[in-house]
Amino acid sequence: MSSQDDKPGQDDKIDQIGPGQRVTLGETLPLRLDCGIELGPFHIAYCTYGRLNADKSNAILICHALTGDQHVANTHPVTGKPGWWLTLVGPGKVIDTDRFFVICSNVIGGCMGSSGPADADPRTGKPWGLNFPLITIRDMVNAQAMLLDHLGIPDLFCVIGGSMGGMQVLQWAASYPGRCFAAVPIACAARHSAQNIAFHEVGRQAIYTDPDWHAGDYFSHHTIPRNGLAVARMAAHITYLSEAALHRKFGRNLQNRERLTYGFEAEFQVESYLRHQGSTFVERFDANSYLYITRAMDYFDLAAQMGGTAAGGNLAGAFQGSRTRFCVVSFTSDWLFPTSENKAIVRALNAAAANVSFVEIETDKGHDAFLLDEPEMFRTLKGFIDGCAEARGLNGGGK
Amino acid sequence: MNHPVQSGHRDIRNDLLLIAEMVRPGSRVLDVGCGDGTLLEYLAREKQVDGRGIEVRQAGVNACVARGLSVIQGDADTDLDDYPDAAFDYAILSLTLQATRNPRSVLRSLLRIGRHAIVSFPNFGYWRVRAQLLLGGRMPMTAALDDPWYETQNIHLCTIRDFDELCAREGIIVEQRIAVNGHGRREGWQLSGAAANIFGAQAVYLLRRRAP
Repeated sequence: MSSQDDKPGQDDKIDQIGPGQRVTLGETLPLRLDCGIELGPFHIAYCTYGRLNADKSNAILICHALTGDQHVANTHPVTGKPGWWLTLVGPGKVIDTDRFFVICSNVIGGCMGSSGPADADPRTGKPWGLNFPLITIRDMVNAQAMLLDHLGIPDLFCVIGGSMGGMQVLQWAASYPGRCFAAVPIACAARHSAQNIAFHEVGRQAIYTDPDWHAGDYFSHHTIPRNGLAVARMAAHITYLSEAALHRKFGRNLQNRERLTYGFEAEFQVESYLRHQGSTFVERFDANSYLYITRAMDYFDLAAQMGGTAAGGNLAGAFQGSRTRFCVVSFTSDWLFPTSENKAIVRALNAAAANVSFVEIETDKGHDAFLLDEPEMFRTLKGFIDGCAEARGLNGGGK
Repeated sequence: MNHPVQSGHRDIRNDLLLIAEMVRPGSRVLDVGCGDGTLLEYLAREKQVDGRGIEVRQAGVNACVARGLSVIQGDADTDLDDYPDAAFDYAILSLTLQATRNPRSVLRSLLRIGRHAIVSFPNFGYWRVRAQLLLGGRMPMTAALDDPWYETQNIHLCTIRDFDELCAREGIIVEQRIAVNGHGRREGWQLSGAAANIFGAQAVYLLRRRAP
C-alpha cells in the first residue's frame, strides 16, 4: 500500500463531522480502559493529509488539545474556520504534507465523530451521556494505536501536540517507545497540577449547576447546558492567555460606549470578548465531552503510572532506554503549563539519558501561543523535524 | 576571539578543532556550554558522534535546535546533576570552567557523566597576562580574555599549574594536555609543565577518572 487507501467497507465518510473518515474499532478485541471497563466496538473519526510512503516511515500523528479535533488543516465543518494548526501543517510548511503523511484523530470521549458521551450507546441507541466510561490520556493513546494498526502503520516518524496533545505525546513515548521515532510535546506537563485541576473543577461546576444539564441527560430533554458550558469556556479561556496579551488586546477599553454606564451589560471589551468566546464554543462542543476530557487531563500523571506514590513517582522511569528523539517546547508567558513544568520533563529525559532538545519561546501570548504564528517556534521545530527526517533517511537525495 | 581555520564545510575555531581531535569517532558526547553548536555539528559530521548540548543562552539553544542538534537550555553549575553516571563517552567543557560558580564540583560532574572529560580554559599564567599585570598594573586583557574586568563572566581564573594541582588532588588522570598559543594553535613543540604555563594562552585537557 503506497498511499492512504482506505480499507473498503470499514471506513465511512461521514458528512456531519466534515471531511475525513470514521472507523469502527475494537469489534473483536475491545479497548481496555484504565477504569477497568472494556469498550468496544467504538468509533474513531480522523483526517489525513499527504501520502504514506512505500516504507510506511513518514507518518506523523498530531494529537489535539482539550477542545480541538481532527480538523488540523482543513476548514472546520461547524465553524467554517481554517484548520486549527494550518500555521504549521500543509504543503511546504514545517509539517510538510508533501513529504509526510499526517494523521489526526478525534480523541476517545470527544464529540467530533469519535465515541464519546454524545455518541449513541449501541446497547440503547440513545446518547451515552454519563453512562460513557471515564477515560484517560492513556486510553486516548491506546485508541490511536489501534487506529494505526487499522491503517497498517507500524510506527510513527513523529508524534506531536500541544497542551493535552503534549500529554498524549508523552504517553505515546512512554507506552510505545518503539513506535515513536521522534516526539514533540509542546506546552504541557507530565502531570496535571493542583492549580489546573482547580480551574477544571470550576468549569465542571458551571456545567453541573446549569439546570439544563439534567445530570448529563440533556439530549432527552431537548436542550443543552448552554450557560454552564459557556462559563466553563470563559474561565478556561483566561488561562490560555496572559495578562500582557489581554492588556495589549483590550486594556480597559469600553465596549461600544464612550463612558461607563453603571450597569451589568458588557462594559469592557474584554467582557464582550469572553462572552463571545463562551457563546460560540457551545455551538461546536458537547458539555459532557468537556467534563470527560477535562477529567482525563486531571488524571494524567505519568510518574504515578510508573508505580510511584501520590506524592510523586519516578518520571525518568517512563522514558528508560528510550531511543526516541524528543523536542520539548515551552512559552515564556504560559502560566497554565509554565516552563518549569516542561523543564521537569526535560530533567526526567536527561536522567533517562534520552535524546532531548528543549526550547523556550519568548512570547507574551500565553499558553495559546502554540496555536499561533510564532516564527521562532516554527524555525526550531523545522530544524528539529528536518534533522530527524535526515536521521530516518526521509530526506532522499536532493533537497 | 581566535582565528577560524577552514575545515570541511564550515569554519571552526582552532581550539575547538583540538578538542575534536581528542574525540573518538562514533562516541557519545555532551558539550556543556555548546554556544551555537559549531563543535557539535562538526563532531556529528566529521566523527559521526551522537552529540548533545547544554547552553545557557536561550537564543543559542534555539539556534542549535534549528540546526537539527539536540540541545537544551541549562547551566553547568546546576543542570549536570540530572544526568546518570557514565551516560557519555566524553563530557566537554570548552572555555567555560572559569565562568562557573564551583569549578571543582563541575569538574567532578563532568567526570561522573562522561568516561572522559575534555576541558579547555584560558591560562592565567600566560606570559602576556603576567606582563600586563606586572608591568602595566592592570587586569590583563588578551585574545582569550577579551572582556574588561567589569564585564567579564570569568570568576574563577586559574593557571595551568593550578589546574594540574587540582587534578592531582582530585585523583583525576590527565591523559593529554595541549598548550595553545595566542592564535589558538597547538605549539609546534610539546611544552613541559613550566613552559606550558608561560607560553600557553589556553590549555586543552583530556581527563579521566582513576579506575575504581
